[in-house]
Amino acid sequence: MSEIPTSSVSKGCFVFKSASKKRKRHVGVGGYLVDDSDDNASDRFKICQKLWETVQMNTEVIQDQLNKKVLDSLAEFIKKHGLGRSSDNWRQRASEIPTAALMLGVNVPDHAMTFRSLCNLLQDSVTPFVVSVHAKECAAVKFLIQKVLEQLMEIGVSVDEEQEDDTALPQRTQCTISALCQWYKTVTKKSTKVSPQRKENSTNSDLPQSLPVVVIFKDFEAFNPQVLQDFILICSRYTQELPFIFIFGIATSPSAIQHRLPHSVSSLLCIEVFHSLSCTQHLASVFEKLILNSEFPFKLSSRVIQVLVGIFLYHDFSVQNFVKGLQFSMLEHFNSQPLSVLCCQKQEALLSAKTLSKKNVERIRHLPSFMRYVETQEPQEQVRLLTDDEHVKGVCHTLLKNLHKYHKNYYPILQCLHSLTSSLPKFPLGKHIRELHVSCIEKNLWETEEYDSALQLLRILAKDELVAALRKCAEILKSAKRMQNVLQQLDDFIGRLEALQSVSSEDSSGNGIVSGKIEYQRTDLFQLQKTLLEKESRRTRRMNPFEVLRSQVIEFIDSLVREYLTPAELQPLSEVCYYSSSGVLRQRLNVTPRTSIQAALSHPFYYLQNESLKTNSGTISSAAPDLCIVYKLHLECGRLINLYDWLEAYVTVMSAAEDQDTNSEEGGKYDSLKHARFIQAVSEMEFLGFVKSTKQKTDHVARLTWGGC
Amino acid sequence: MTRAPDVTREQRGQTKRMSVRLQCPGYPEDTLRSLADRLPCRDTQLETLLQLMGQPDQYSYPSIFIYGHRATGKSHVVLSVMKDLELPHASVDCVECVSSGLLFHQVLSAFFGPDAAALLPRCPSLSDFVRLYKQMSSNSPATQTRYIILDRAERLRDMDFSLLPALLRLQELVSDNVTVILLSEIVWEKFRPNTGCFEPLLFHFPDYSKAELVQILSWDHHPSYTPELYASYINILLGVFFSVCRDLRELRHLAVLNFSKFCEPLEKGEAKESDIHKLWKNIEPHLQRAMQTVYLREVSSVQWEQQQMDEEAATTLRVLSAHAHIELPYYSKFLLIAAYLASFNPARTDRRFFLKSHGKIRKTNFLKKHEKTSNHLLGPKPFPLDRMMAIFYSVVDSRVAPTASIFSQISSLVTLQLLSQVGHDDQLDSPKYKCSVSLDFILAISRTVGFDVVKYLYDFL
Repeated sequence: MSEIPTSSVSKGCFVFKSASKKRKRHVGVGGYLVDDSDDNASDRFKICQKLWETVQMNTEVIQDQLNKKVLDSLAEFIKKHGLGRSSDNWRQRASEIPTAALMLGVNVPDHAMTFRSLCNLLQDSVTPFVVSVHAKECAAVKFLIQKVLEQLMEIGVSVDEEQEDDTALPQRTQCTISALCQWYKTVTKKSTKVSPQRKENSTNSDLPQSLPVVVIFKDFEAFNPQVLQDFILICSRYTQELPFIFIFGIATSPSAIQHRLPHSVSSLLCIEVFHSLSCTQHLASVFEKLILNSEFPFKLSSRVIQVLVGIFLYHDFSVQNFVKGLQFSMLEHFNSQPLSVLCCQKQEALLSAKTLSKKNVERIRHLPSFMRYVETQEPQEQVRLLTDDEHVKGVCHTLLKNLHKYHKNYYPILQCLHSLTSSLPKFPLGKHIRELHVSCIEKNLWETEEYDSALQLLRILAKDELVAALRKCAEILKSAKRMQNVLQQLDDFIGRLEALQSVSSEDSSGNGIVSGKIEYQRTDLFQLQKTLLEKESRRTRRMNPFEVLRSQVIEFIDSLVREYLTPAELQPLSEVCYYSSSGVLRQRLNVTPRTSIQAALSHPFYYLQNESLKTNSGTISSAAPDLCIVYKLHLECGRLINLYDWLEAYVTVMSAAEDQDTNSEEGGKYDSLKHARFIQAVSEMEFLGFVKSTKQKTDHVARLTWGGC
Repeated sequence: MTRAPDVTREQRGQTKRMSVRLQCPGYPEDTLRSLADRLPCRDTQLETLLQLMGQPDQYSYPSIFIYGHRATGKSHVVLSVMKDLELPHASVDCVECVSSGLLFHQVLSAFFGPDAAALLPRCPSLSDFVRLYKQMSSNSPATQTRYIILDRAERLRDMDFSLLPALLRLQELVSDNVTVILLSEIVWEKFRPNTGCFEPLLFHFPDYSKAELVQILSWDHHPSYTPELYASYINILLGVFFSVCRDLRELRHLAVLNFSKFCEPLEKGEAKESDIHKLWKNIEPHLQRAMQTVYLREVSSVQWEQQQMDEEAATTLRVLSAHAHIELPYYSKFLLIAAYLASFNPARTDRRFFLKSHGKIRKTNFLKKHEKTSNHLLGPKPFPLDRMMAIFYSVVDSRVAPTASIFSQISSLVTLQLLSQVGHDDQLDSPKYKCSVSLDFILAISRTVGFDVVKYLYDFL
């Protein structure tokens, strides 16, 4: 029997359970990396994952820190209204519901995290009764009420009595707020009974009676106004028994409330506005923590930063997406660059530098930055570097050390320069530190015009401004260990600047007398120019001590910039840490669906990778899919396309491939198969939105795109 | 049982207090007196209502429709009568009844207890309700008239179309002594179904006059001040607010909010209770400010109270509509500008604004007659997506690839309700939008991106 299990007298259906269950076992991500011929792919994967974990942790910490203030004030607001309810009884009479309008900005993807931490905070510290609702789930009032009840009572509530779910509850709960009211009474009664038994609760035994019920509307704008109005009207009837508190998550502006709710409804609310931090500030702190940080080994090149920041500023304002972009570039870097095994903390990197494989040493030799380095060496050394693997490893070791040192020095100096220039008028070097960072790692900063103008502006700073700016720099440098001698020099300058006080005042009075004499002369244009020039030259000749010192300070800063803020690309082995393929990133993160469809249709080889599809441009290959042929043919047409002509052209292309004689009797005809394929291709075109049926002319379709060929 | 519907007018001339006592046999007299005391300025209405209800054991009119503006005491009078006279009644707010089942449930449980209501099937129809009601009332027939009070009855129109006509003649259907009282802010003409129905008795609650408002508001005077002072305060308050607001509830709210400010000079000893003029001078500008802020809910009542505590906070407090500014991503701003231009410019003028060599087109010759009125007065017009994108590519200063995120920004602008989608038929092919932001808003937006939107608006040519 077992040999022929399907033998049967009659017709039948047989079920086979798949025996290959073992093969289906989940293959971990590491499994995909094993068969890779490159060694240490799994190492790279591990490093990448570890880094990603730190990124995630850091972003969460940042988010928590930034939101702390607004969340705390919200919790305070709810506590105040929840507990102080009994005292001001007039508000009960007016049945106003305390409402917090939380301004979150238009970066909607980031809101989820804020709401999550808000919910947690409220549940931990204020009240267990927290409900959050989404507009999508609440198309009608009953669904909204159902959501609220379900989340609060943690049971299923049937809205539509038609739905058959008899298995559910023994006594079915009605989907009304009054049912909630009953439930609330029993729950609070229970907790007051329980509280004396527990020691910790007995201290605040009066609390459970007035635990507020918080309803969070996550996306206020998307709610149907009618639903909201009805819900508020219903809730306001129950405020005496059920202490409701609403939180509106608003993306635009507080006036949205007035646009959605009429006065009769908004008069039932007691609205207070809370502002969360702006997304640009959020981005700045994420940037500082993850990118301007020498502890974080993975780096982005200037172009990549520009792409990521561009997406943020131009498209979505979403920090979440920015971090996702960072994650993507990390994955891409560790996947595509085998040498990224060296992109980790210093000690580990130095260790793995020693154990580089032969292939990887060869790869190092091909790095542009390493080749540049080799060229600067003595001929003898060059030979050794190109032949001796062990020597390369040794050099690698020192180069990696240098790279880490470069980063350690780079960031404090960058911050100093930013703090000096960010207060200058018109921000010649950018308002944000990220702009300065981008221009520093891209090219020699000191060769740019912006840098010159910034130094010009620095040269005319007043003394107190200069001292204040230098003090800020000193503050920054204090935390950097390697920068102690720079800090000392800076302190020295500050000391000398402050000592100048008495001297400078005398000097300025002397100048005043000299200039006073010149003033009473005849004003002749030529004369004036001459005197002005004279004055100018005299000033350059005779600088007062402050000016001398000031120019010294500027020289000093300039020298620091030239020493430490060199472009990253010039550092040997920079490719190990820097991810630079901005093109890939842009293609992946900022997708253009239409261009890819057009590319697929006009160059099918690009996606299908079939050799027979390779064509030179301009010709139409019959080997291409029907859709591609039809697409290319339609490009040659005007706004209206005659279907018959189109079909003729299609048949011609097809039959040309079959090498048939066109002058034979079959030439004018076409078989029904081709006809059907053509019709299918045209309807696919319609589906893709390239053509549309039209009533303007019979047997014609309208093109929906312009241009062609 | 049948009474003339215009009973109200007849009774108006008589002395009210007397008639209440005389004409309502069957109810305890002292309760009636206290009821009349608790319902000031509604004596006529109370009296008429009691007359309509008749004696407790008599059959009453099947349905009564009471209408009047908000806060004219409709439900207050009806419910006080019910409660004080301890009549069997079921009070339902129709806003709560998301389905008619809930309404039936509430009525049955009020009359016959929750057990009776539990007998309702899962999705009760009107006939289920009638059947169950009959069954229950045969067990416990009404000794007194039962009343079903439906607040915000206008919501009944949105429910099952047969519900309202059935409720109006419920007495007949269930053959029980039951009266349905409908309360609404809308007149009966807006209710009447096409198919016709039993006409309820109409009963209007007029607005309170100014004197009546003063009388009612003076009721809740502060215990530590004399009633006369409070009455003069109410007079001042009404002097400011009466022209904009006659809603008793709202006025009461405002009276409570501002009274502490009114008393401030008294507490400080700067004025005596008799210095009404001085007190008026003190409170009047304050009330004016209240009208612009707290009355419109620009400032919440708690904030308003805090503001009264310390004057410094008053200057820092920003009203709700003051934060109108919205920070948007760069391309979203241009998309919004493009949408605004598409909404407020006639499509034929696009050539003139966005083509480089458009030539001169004179406004007067160029336009059809109806286009000569300002488009800003007519409001935004719908436009197809293609047109908006074409304008977008022409106004944005750099070359923009048509990426997916550009298109997703359009839909997020729709969710933020800065754009609104119109028409539901051809959503995939050519969706149409309207721009729903104001000129001031778009001016502010275009200023941040350095774009002179006025130059591109046809109305300002």
